[in-house]
Amino acid sequence: MDFAFTDEHEELRQTVRRFLEGKSDEQAVRSLMATDSGYSEEVWTQMAEQMALQAMVVPEAHGGAGFGPVELSIVTEEMGRSLLCAPYLSTAVFAVNALVQAGSDEAQGEILPAIAAGQSVATVALVDAGKGWEVEEVSTKAEADGGAWRLTGNKSYVLDGHIADVILVAARTDDGIGLFRVEPGADNLKRELTPTLDTTRKLASIELSGTQATRVDKGGDQTAALSRAVALTTIALAAEQVGGAQMCLELSTEFAKTRMQFGRAIGSFQAIKHRCADMLVEVEFAKSAAYYAAFRASESDDDNEILAAAAIAKSYCSEAYFDITNATIQVHGGMGFTWEHPAHLYFKRAKSSAALFGDPLEHRERLADHLGL
Amino acid sequence: MANVEMSEEELRERTRKLLQEVNPDEVDQYTFRGKQWDHGLAMVHFPEGLGGLGLNPKMQAIVNDELRQGAKTFYEDLNVNPIGIGMGAPVVLTYGTDEMKKTLIKRIFTGEDIWCQLFSEPGAGSDVAGLSSRAVRDGDDWVVNGQKVWTTLAHISKWGMLVSRTNPDLPKHKGMSYFLLDMEAPGVDVRPLYQITGEAEFNEVFLNDVRIPNEYMLGEEGDGWKVAITTLMNERTALGGGSGRKGGGPIGILQSLWKSNADKHSKTAKAVLRDQITQLYIKGELLRLTSQRARAAAKSGNPGPEGSVGKLAQAELYKKIWECGLEVLGPEALVYEPGYELRRPEAEERRDSLTYAKYQFLRSRANSIEGGTSEIMRNILGERVLGLPGEPRVDKDVAWKDVPRGG
Ligand SMILES: Cc1cc2nc3c(=O)[nH]c(=O)nc-3n(C[C@H](O)[C@H](O)[C@H](O)COP(=O)(O)OP(=O)(O)OC[C@H]3O[C@@H](n4cnc5c(N)ncnc54)[C@H](O)[C@@H]3O)c2cc1C
Repeated sequence: MDFAFTDEHEELRQTVRRFLEGKSDEQAVRSLMATDSGYSEEVWTQMAEQMALQAMVVPEAHGGAGFGPVELSIVTEEMGRSLLCAPYLSTAVFAVNALVQAGSDEAQGEILPAIAAGQSVATVALVDAGKGWEVEEVSTKAEADGGAWRLTGNKSYVLDGHIADVILVAARTDDGIGLFRVEPGADNLKRELTPTLDTTRKLASIELSGTQATRVDKGGDQTAALSRAVALTTIALAAEQVGGAQMCLELSTEFAKTRMQFGRAIGSFQAIKHRCADMLVEVEFAKSAAYYAAFRASESDDDNEILAAAAIAKSYCSEAYFDITNATIQVHGGMGFTWEHPAHLYFKRAKSSAALFGDPLEHRERLADHLGL
Repeated sequence: MANVEMSEEELRERTRKLLQEVNPDEVDQYTFRGKQWDHGLAMVHFPEGLGGLGLNPKMQAIVNDELRQGAKTFYEDLNVNPIGIGMGAPVVLTYGTDEMKKTLIKRIFTGEDIWCQLFSEPGAGSDVAGLSSRAVRDGDDWVVNGQKVWTTLAHISKWGMLVSRTNPDLPKHKGMSYFLLDMEAPGVDVRPLYQITGEAEFNEVFLNDVRIPNEYMLGEEGDGWKVAITTLMNERTALGGGSGRKGGGPIGILQSLWKSNADKHSKTAKAVLRDQITQLYIKGELLRLTSQRARAAAKSGNPGPEGSVGKLAQAELYKKIWECGLEVLGPEALVYEPGYELRRPEAEERRDSLTYAKYQFLRSRANSIEGGTSEIMRNILGERVLGLPGEPRVDKDVAWKDVPRGG
């Protein structure tokens, strides 16, 4: 496999970067992270209308661009670089992947065109309170009630769950895991914004107590399909981590070139220079991990292989990103500890994205099983 | 001429033709590799007529893949002539005369002429540009005196890549020249150096009034540093490529050691070691993929300072892998089967994966020293790739003879 980006890929990257430099500069990030909704509707609409970003992996039949994991990762990498505050991971990545993998044609036709057009914010409620990120662990109950369904359970860490107008819920039926949709205005539905370590990404808890729902999957157990959707989302998230890590390396290097102490730039001290060199190695490895996973996912339809590549990417990129943001604070000295400097925004994003969709240890455990260790 | 049009399938076909013509299982190394060279399949990124086809260097993997599949015998470049193939051939290609290219490169590839690198001296290691061996012009020759050290394979080498000082009145980087030294020339005295493993892979080399004809200078007089850098960058790329195959190389051996030893460990130790091995596996994969990405990015020509990413990462990773290997072995690590009697490298240490792991635990200590230490790699990455300022220098614009030197 030859995982080199084409000229078109480079062009996509440049276009997205230019757009985000204009729409998601540090000031924009800081003002949006202080809001409850956590995003700008205006920019969300522009993202769709000017750039078709929400349409990336929506199939063409449903008004999308029909791209795959590689193109999606280019976009999320750039978003990670600029810390874009928007319900992109929830809507255009997780919800779209879940619907494409597990959704019925009818549900896809109903939901995806609005997402692609930037007219909808969607999310998937996966994790049950006190449980992990594996689809098998889902415990929210789905019970048939005539033609409809009723869901009961408590969902945690739902990306943008407090604002989504399309709420997809993974729930357990008598014959496995299904994908359901509840209306935001349904009775017996409680949604609450979670105060997050990383305020650039909003999470919510969702309480379902016999809440009415429609089943939107293809029928039968959706464990494998949803696991694939989670893996694809994880791969896009690893690319987001790479973007942030690269940005922190650039911030640190730039600072090390200009900050003078003892009559010389601090970057001329080996303690600082070598830390930056180690960051560079980590960034390069993280890129290899994330890009390989994206290319693998776009070429292979072997679930085990995709899961293994996702596990490598998520485990390595999470730790590299965290280490790099940690070093970024240290290289900047007291300045790195202030609220004014962006280092803490990346630092918090690094830790929170490491915990999303399974932490590095969990992913390594999965990989160890896969390798038969 | 660059022949960028050749497809993977055409290259495979060409390799299969070679195998039809000569079977490496039936002829000796020199015959087979000589034919491989004639077909341009030796180093595909080399020009046609010089063992290559002018292709992207990454396409060599296709040839090797086909060779591995087509016969039982496969010659690893690293076993045949590591320094000659990794460094000698590229430096001759870049700086040698047409005559040298014709006569030397093929014999490097076949392994008929082993090469060594005469850079380090007792007083000049990381700071190799500070070296003090002297070459003085005498008629059509240069007369060299001095001592080299850590010279891997010098005892069986036909050619040495030698850097020597030709003008001590110039600043150190400017007063050196680069020579090809016939190791059989009078005055070349090679003595083994006893190492941590019990082996002597390397040597000290004394040069006493050794005469080198002027045409064996590569580059111009005073270009020694520039030519040496080409050599070193190729060395680092050669030392940073990771394993060619998924799960191959050291990590593959660690995995197999784990399979046969896991149950000897307590529950906690088992969980910790299992995660450690998984982390090492991940890094091994990423080393392999990173060098694959670097090769794809480098269209052709000699590698740049980015090669230090792989060199640094591989050195640190391999040391950790073998350390973990000893953890996995538990009390079995108390035993060292080969013993420490001075000997030249031989198959003994490679007899089985258990002994090999112990041997590599010792041998891998050199990974972060040979070919430039990890500290020097971090300096290169910091300064040449990230553009961070250098350290204040006390030796840069001073005549070499006036620079302070220790013992
Ligand atoms: C197995 C093996 C095989 C070798 N084969 C060859 C060969 O075939 N040909 C050949 O020419 N050489 C060979 N070498 C030599 C090798 O290149 C040198 O050992 C190496 O460059 C380090 O030099 P040194 O040993 O003099 O250590 P020094 O340069 O004295 O270094 C000692 C310590 O100081 C650190 N240090 C030095 N300068 C700096 C700096 N500027 N910043 C930060 N830290 C610094 C080093 O990183 C190291 O930790 C071989 C070495 C080994 C171990």
